[in-house]
Amino acid sequence: MAHSTFPARFEFLDEIRSLVAQVAREGGFSEKDIYSLQLAADEAASNIIEHAYAGISDATLEITCNMQGSELIITMRDTGKPFDPSKVKQPNLKADLSERQIGGLGLYLMRKLMDEVRYETNARTGNLLTMIKRRG
Amino acid sequence: MEITTQEFKHCDLVKVKGRVDSATAPDFSKALEKANNDGKFKIVVDMSELEYMSSAGFRALLATQRNCKRYNRGELVLVSVPQRIHEALELAGFTELFKTFDDAIEAVGSF
Repeated sequence: MAHSTFPARFEFLDEIRSLVAQVAREGGFSEKDIYSLQLAADEAASNIIEHAYAGISDATLEITCNMQGSELIITMRDTGKPFDPSKVKQPNLKADLSERQIGGLGLYLMRKLMDEVRYETNARTGNLLTMIKRRG
Repeated sequence: MEITTQEFKHCDLVKVKGRVDSATAPDFSKALEKANNDGKFKIVVDMSELEYMSSAGFRALLATQRNCKRYNRGELVLVSVPQRIHEALELAGFTELFKTFDDAIEAVGSF
């Protein structure tokens, strides 16, 4: 089981994607799925760094990534601002160029790319994101 | 990520290589903004050697497309979009916002 703590900075997204790719490859996922998993992990970590930790430079992000049977499970734990996904507006993918909003696209992609995306907030331990993808 | 910009008579060709994510997207945005600031609104983005792009890169493309298309002064088009990146753009509903070409000469010639 891969378990790593990363500085919550965008420069570490590369390493986060590599970690996920390695576990997914060992778990027998296709190259298409590996790309999807990397993208979902990147969007999730980017959101945490940008929003939960907005402006905090010495924060950390704890990530686990492991296979359970035919499922790959990624968790990300942070101690930043709580996140309520129900407050994020669904992006309108049919809107004209001028009306198109980019906000909420990360979460939308995560949900499309993964089979399950779950956010929990605990006053003591912080925020926990769990994402699951089943091997096709 | 590495960016090279080549100026043609009717458009600029911006080639972006490697990976565009939240760490590198600001530099990608800057390269596109620079073209706009120089009065260039017809832009071809060559993705033939692009390995990865997250929504941070999509955001840069969208902002530039808006700026290029304003007053009908131009357009940003994409060339040689790798399959995985195309799939992600499609998932985000972005494919209809950008014309795509299979090769750079054809894209440059379209302006």
